[in-house]
Amino acid sequence: MTIVDILFLLAAIASVVGAVQVVSQRNPVYSALGLIASLVSMAIIFLLLHAPFLAVIQVAVYAGAIVVLFLFVIMLLNLKPEDLGKDPDPPVRRRVALGSLALFILLGINLARAGLGAQPFAEEQVDPTYGSTAAVGEALMTGYVLPFEVTSILVIVAIVGAVVMAKRKL
Amino acid sequence: MFTLSNCLILAAALFSIGVYGVVARRNILIMLMSVELMLNAANLALVSFGRYYWPRGDHAGQVFVMLAIAVAAAEAAVGLAILLAYFRNRESADSGAMGLLKG
Amino acid sequence: MRAADPLALLLPWIALFPLLTAAVNGFGGKRIGREVAGWIACAGVFSSFVLGLRCCFGLLELPAGPERVLKDVIGTWISAGDLHVTLSFVFDPLSAVMVLVVTGVGFLIHVYSIGYMEHDEDVQRYFAYLNLFTFAMLVLVLAGNLPMMFIGWEGVGLCSYLLIGFWFTDPKNATAGRKAFLVNRVGDFGFLIGMFLVFTTLHTLDFAEIASSQFLRLAAPTTLTIATLCLFLGATGKSAQIPLFVWLPDAMAGPTPVSALIHAATMVTAGVYMICRMSALFVAAPLTLSIVAGVGAITALGAGLIALTQNDIKRVLAYSTISQLGYMFLAAGAQAFDAATFHLFTHAFFKALLFLGAGAVIHDLAGEQDVRRMGGLKRWLPTTYITFLIAAAAIAGIPPLAGFFSKDEILWRVLENFLQGHGVYWLGLWLIGIAVAALTAGYMFRLVALVFFGSFRGAPEALLKPAEKSAPMMKVLVALAGLTAVVGFFGVPEALGGSYRWGGFLQPVWARGNEVQLPLAHGHWAEVLHTALVLGISGLVAWRTLDLFKSWPVHLPSWLLEDPVFPAIRRRAEVAFGVDEAFRRWIVEPLYAGAARLWQVFDVGVIDKAVNGTADSVGRLAGWARGMQTGTVNLYAVVMTVGVILLLLSFTLI
Repeated sequence: MTIVDILFLLAAIASVVGAVQVVSQRNPVYSALGLIASLVSMAIIFLLLHAPFLAVIQVAVYAGAIVVLFLFVIMLLNLKPEDLGKDPDPPVRRRVALGSLALFILLGINLARAGLGAQPFAEEQVDPTYGSTAAVGEALMTGYVLPFEVTSILVIVAIVGAVVMAKRKL
Repeated sequence: MFTLSNCLILAAALFSIGVYGVVARRNILIMLMSVELMLNAANLALVSFGRYYWPRGDHAGQVFVMLAIAVAAAEAAVGLAILLAYFRNRESADSGAMGLLKG
Repeated sequence: MRAADPLALLLPWIALFPLLTAAVNGFGGKRIGREVAGWIACAGVFSSFVLGLRCCFGLLELPAGPERVLKDVIGTWISAGDLHVTLSFVFDPLSAVMVLVVTGVGFLIHVYSIGYMEHDEDVQRYFAYLNLFTFAMLVLVLAGNLPMMFIGWEGVGLCSYLLIGFWFTDPKNATAGRKAFLVNRVGDFGFLIGMFLVFTTLHTLDFAEIASSQFLRLAAPTTLTIATLCLFLGATGKSAQIPLFVWLPDAMAGPTPVSALIHAATMVTAGVYMICRMSALFVAAPLTLSIVAGVGAITALGAGLIALTQNDIKRVLAYSTISQLGYMFLAAGAQAFDAATFHLFTHAFFKALLFLGAGAVIHDLAGEQDVRRMGGLKRWLPTTYITFLIAAAAIAGIPPLAGFFSKDEILWRVLENFLQGHGVYWLGLWLIGIAVAALTAGYMFRLVALVFFGSFRGAPEALLKPAEKSAPMMKVLVALAGLTAVVGFFGVPEALGGSYRWGGFLQPVWARGNEVQLPLAHGHWAEVLHTALVLGISGLVAWRTLDLFKSWPVHLPSWLLEDPVFPAIRRRAEVAFGVDEAFRRWIVEPLYAGAARLWQVFDVGVIDKAVNGTADSVGRLAGWARGMQTGTVNLYAVVMTVGVILLLLSFTLI
């Protein structure tokens, strides 16, 4: 049990707890907080997986921008309890939970069958340059420049769309 | 402990929880957040694979995740914009009441 | 490989000229106009007549005997394995007779039609059909093999249908045409089966080859009998014998010249011609010939009785035709093919004359056909009366008119069959023949008396009209009357001092086959006695009937009225012995009922149901599928999730 293992375990637990928080809270603000917890734990795991750049992006963009956007909208809407909608009855919820469980089990079985890496990640092979900002940036600008450009167009579209949709008067 | 399988199992767990959130909740905001959760789980899987196949592969895993995050941001923005527009008309964020596409 | 004799090259043209004029009238009728159409049609037929005459003379130049034949082949039609069918035209003495009758009488009838149809709107179509018929009949008569004859056979059936239903706006006429066509079709089926059987046994369909085929002796007699019986079935359809005669009385719905040409002089004789043409084949199946004779005799008797009870002038003549055709078949069955052909020849003239005369009466009475409303017309329609009387006398067998010689010949030959020891069956048939002769005189002179003698019984306004209006019609009547008087002399038997040229002319046709029985040299005194007997009976009946029916209401002699059988026979005869009714009850109605059932069960129940059902089920499926679009987003998410789960399951399990 190396330090990496312990860190991973802790981060994993935190992530799961946060996720459960997201789906179980009545108040959306609490859900958002749970989401932040889950995302930050994920960032830690990214660090362990030699993706520092990604970890930072996760925290800055995902947890920092997206969830904050959620919170802004929540405030903006000024939701009262009645607006929130009635959640389905416990029996239904139980059935859905069972469904999710089934999904998880199925995924697990398939993963186990695939027989992928039961060994820990080999540390010796890793190049220090792997996952570094420079390396990722280079890959993004050379080999994967087309997806990069397309994604930027997508983002522009999304911006325009969001602005148009959210206007008070069209 | 820190193996590829475990990472993937974690991703599967997060994904399933996200599915529950989307199906079982009627609050649009929480549904959207559950979707983000699912996306996040997928990102984890991708990065894990990328790490596993280094140095045979290249940085594809991380690049993919980067772009996925960008897309997730765009999607969240648009989704919330739609929600805003709907809310202004209907004064409700209840997905059960959004039955206009019925039939 | 065309004909050897250059004269033979004319043969196809005999048939083709009417076809050309038919096309001109048929396709260009509108432009040609009503007056010219008739003359064009007459020109077509007349050209054929002239060509036929030329070929006939050419034939006479050839030495007498089996070489007396012109043949032309214009191409091969079918060539498949063993089967070789060519388009061959053959002209021998038999063909000569038929061609001259068809074109000669046909021409006269065309001229008559110009007068009869002058007020009709649609004359171009009429003349086109009439010419088309002539073409088909000539193909039938000139054909050198069975399939080609069948082309003509079907063609005349088609034209008969077209012409019977000429005034098709009246549904009765259309129905009559349809009935004619369908009943003929049944006969055609027989013809086809017979043709197939002939091919399988004799391996050829060419007439000359059939006649000289050695398979006639080698083939199983049963097969030959069946084949010839099938062919005879076709003949009964075309020539209106039992059981397929029911269409002919109804066919009187067509214009009278049509009745004269098709249903008296030409088409209905096709059956007789066919049997005579294939005499060698029929002689090889003696059972069939006996049956042919028997059917002919019974038909003649039945039709004669029916004719005695009919009140429509054309129906009497229709049944008379059936009866006379019966005579022809009786003769053919007795292997007296030359007598059959002779009667065919003379019958064409006097029957056409009778029909055209009836047509003149109808025309001049503005459409009246019921004899109970006629009477005393000899005062106003003298030419018609005289010619009609001549024709009636001819058919009754009064010398020296044509019918006397031909009918006498038939009866004598039938009796000869008995005298030669072929069995008492022939005696019975002879007795029937004598009875029919009496009946013929009876119904014919009844008709003459009711129409022309006595006082006029029609509606008073009709009295103002009767007058012989149409010159072409009268000229034709006179011409035919003249011919009727004369043509009998072709066949004066030796017993009465003639040389029976007719028999001599046609002899080689029969002798080309190997086994045709030729008639005995006529025993003179017996035949003279026989002739006197027949003449006596016919004359007596004719005279008494004329006397009887002059007055109205008719007073039948008491011995007839008190006879127990008479009323029953008369009642049955009035309804054609129920044959029509039987057909309707046992065949037509079950077919209709069966078709209706089939329509209900299959067409509506299965096919419609399948089509509608498919549409219906698609609708229902769509309706059910619509239920999935609840508009609730959560449901959509559920569905997606379930889908993913199923997908994963499939991966897990496979």
